[in-house]
Amino acid sequence: MVPVNYYIVLSAILFTIGAVGVLTRRNALIIFMSVELMLNSANLAFVAFSSVIKSFTGQIFVFFVIAVAAAEVAVGLALIVEIFKSKRSIDVDQMSSLKG
Amino acid sequence: MHLAQEATTGFFYLAPWLVFAPLLGLLINLIFGRWFSETMVGTVASLASGAAFLVSVLLTLSLSANHGEVVRWRLAEWIHIGALQLDWTFRVDSLSTTMMLVVSGVGTLIHIYAIGYMHEDVRFKNDVGRFRRFFVYLNLFIAMMMILVSGDSYMMLFVGWEGVGLCSFLLIGFWYELDTLGRPSWANSNAAKKAFIVNRIGDFGFLIAGFIMFWALGSFQFDEVFEAAEGAAPGVIMAITLLMLVGVAGKSAQIPLYVWLPDAMAGPTPVSALIHAATMVTAGVYLITRSAELYTLVPQAQYIVALTGAVTALFAATIAVGQYDIKKVLAYSTISQLGFMVAAVGMGAFVAGMFHLVTHAFFKALLFLSAGSVILGVERGHHHAEHAHHGKGKKGKRKEEKSHDEHAEGHGEVFDPNDMRNMGGMRKTMPTTYWLYMIGTLALAGIVPFAGFWSKDEILLDASLHFPLIYWLLSIAAFFTAFYMGRQIWMVFFGEPRHEAAAHAEESPRVITVPLMVLAFLSVVGGALNLPFEGFHNLGHWLEHTLHEVESLPLNLGVAGISTILALAAIYLSWLIYGRNPLRAGEVDPLKRRLGAIFSGAENKWYVDELYHAIIVTPFVKISQFLADVIDWRFWHDWFHETVIAGTYNWLSNIALNRYADQQGIDAAANGLASITQWLSVTLRKIQNGFVRSYALSVLLGVVLIVGYLILK
Repeated sequence: MVPVNYYIVLSAILFTIGAVGVLTRRNALIIFMSVELMLNSANLAFVAFSSVIKSFTGQIFVFFVIAVAAAEVAVGLALIVEIFKSKRSIDVDQMSSLKG
Repeated sequence: MHLAQEATTGFFYLAPWLVFAPLLGLLINLIFGRWFSETMVGTVASLASGAAFLVSVLLTLSLSANHGEVVRWRLAEWIHIGALQLDWTFRVDSLSTTMMLVVSGVGTLIHIYAIGYMHEDVRFKNDVGRFRRFFVYLNLFIAMMMILVSGDSYMMLFVGWEGVGLCSFLLIGFWYELDTLGRPSWANSNAAKKAFIVNRIGDFGFLIAGFIMFWALGSFQFDEVFEAAEGAAPGVIMAITLLMLVGVAGKSAQIPLYVWLPDAMAGPTPVSALIHAATMVTAGVYLITRSAELYTLVPQAQYIVALTGAVTALFAATIAVGQYDIKKVLAYSTISQLGFMVAAVGMGAFVAGMFHLVTHAFFKALLFLSAGSVILGVERGHHHAEHAHHGKGKKGKRKEEKSHDEHAEGHGEVFDPNDMRNMGGMRKTMPTTYWLYMIGTLALAGIVPFAGFWSKDEILLDASLHFPLIYWLLSIAAFFTAFYMGRQIWMVFFGEPRHEAAAHAEESPRVITVPLMVLAFLSVVGGALNLPFEGFHNLGHWLEHTLHEVESLPLNLGVAGISTILALAAIYLSWLIYGRNPLRAGEVDPLKRRLGAIFSGAENKWYVDELYHAIIVTPFVKISQFLADVIDWRFWHDWFHETVIAGTYNWLSNIALNRYADQQGIDAAANGLASITQWLSVTLRKIQNGFVRSYALSVLLGVVLIVGYLILK
């Protein structure tokens, strides 16, 4: 049986990678993938804790997260397509028209 | 509306129509008159005045049937403030009906006369449009005069008093842009202003009398005033009566306020006849008669009134002798005759005063209107003569009118149609007018049996019994009266024409002469109103209902004889001077040759106008200028307003408010708020950099902070 700490550490590593990806990359698709990575790291933590405390609550949360992530991707990709149509680019740094 | 007095039958409910009939005529002419012909305008106005006459007759008959008991007809509430209870009430008693009959009767005749007179007058002065205005004013005058004589309180009387003053002003200044010779000038409007202002002085006295009356006696209503006066201090009554005399002196042209009346002759002749001879100027006599019960309480005041009247009568009569203007002679004659009336009522001979008022209204209206007829005749003659020079005979109406216009443009010589020196021999050219004028003259001169004889004799008789000084003053005045009237007759109607205009004069049309015939008839038989024989004294008995104590004096052959002899002597003397050797053109007045400076004094009105000018008008103008320039402009405007008030205000606003409060307080607060907002926005806009990732970083940092806080707390 793999100790739960390993899962938590892996989850933390994955979340950090995702967060850094969101913050450092300019490609919108990559940012999306990084966000997915962060969501999935959270899912991993949920499942790990769920098996430790012998409760399905965490697993149910994971289903919700997967559903929400799917919805988010659907909306997000539609936005990206529209942005690409007008800007011919998906570089998020160019989407700065709300600059103060 | 209800009857103030109970148990009365008759036509008293018609009383308001005394005022409203002329007002209705006025409104009709004012609103619809522009579409009326001249005859129509004149007819409407005359009918309106005639309606007032009809009402006066009905009221008199009703009153007579009612045994002369006073009837008060309340029309409307006027002023009700505290103790002051004033209503518009018509007072119908024997005194007011007498006045109503004279005013509306003579007024109606003059309305009819004016149709003919103004028809020509507006054409001689080239403003046909003013015909209607004249009748509007004339009707307004009748309405106001009716308010005056029918009022039941001193205040209602005062309303009429001021109203007729206004009409007088409007009508004297009827040709306000001309002078009496028809040249462009402010002379006529100055005459109107003079009349108005001099009357204001009189009205000031009247008003003060009214205030004292209300203060001391607590009412304005005639009966209440008389009742309260009996228990009041004699000093108060003295003050009231003497101040009232000031009003009378203004309105009835007595010394010292008579100066406006001669100038008032600037008005058209019907106005001179109606307002400045027959009716308005007698308002003062009416006022004293109406206040008889006040005056009888203070004999000293009565004596002052009588003396004022007698001195005026003599003084004005002497001036009349030296005048050349046919209307000016009559104007001074009017002042003189008003002096007779005032003297009479001052002596307590109220019936005699009212009697003379009535007969004077007849014969003086007759004289003025005849004089107007003479003037028109001379004007016609003048135009005729001009026409004969220019047109060489008649060449149709158009040509004639053109010649009128040419004349209006002005020939070098200025012709005065009023000047008796331009007349002469007019008994041949204007026979009807001559006879009418003759009747008026005999009535005025006091020759038996004309109206003036009876009324003047009654005054003289009363004076001879109680006041010898006044009797002699009046007798001498009567002598002068006969003399200046004789002089006028000889100068105007006898001798040879002294001017082409008089030679070419034409008789006036019937619309002018018929009213004159009615007045002439009245001047002949007017004396029958109050014959001094047993069983007559009709006016005396009639007025007795109002005046209570009436002395009915029998004819005194001595007094009558003296006055008749004086009158005849004066006429004979005037014949000696003016009739026997008629004045020739360009000749100096024969009396002037004999009397020199004295005649010049009379000719120049004893320099009273100059005296008033020197002692009142000039100082007044100086004071006005001083007040206007030094006090008002330099002190009040320049110093007080500009320096003190405006300076303080400027200093206050500039230094205190502007610099400190506004610039350093309010401005600083507003600007500071703006700078802070600006600084904040400049600072904060850096956060809003538009990079999604930086927002994400701040979200992350926020999460880390919050989670860190939650974990570490």
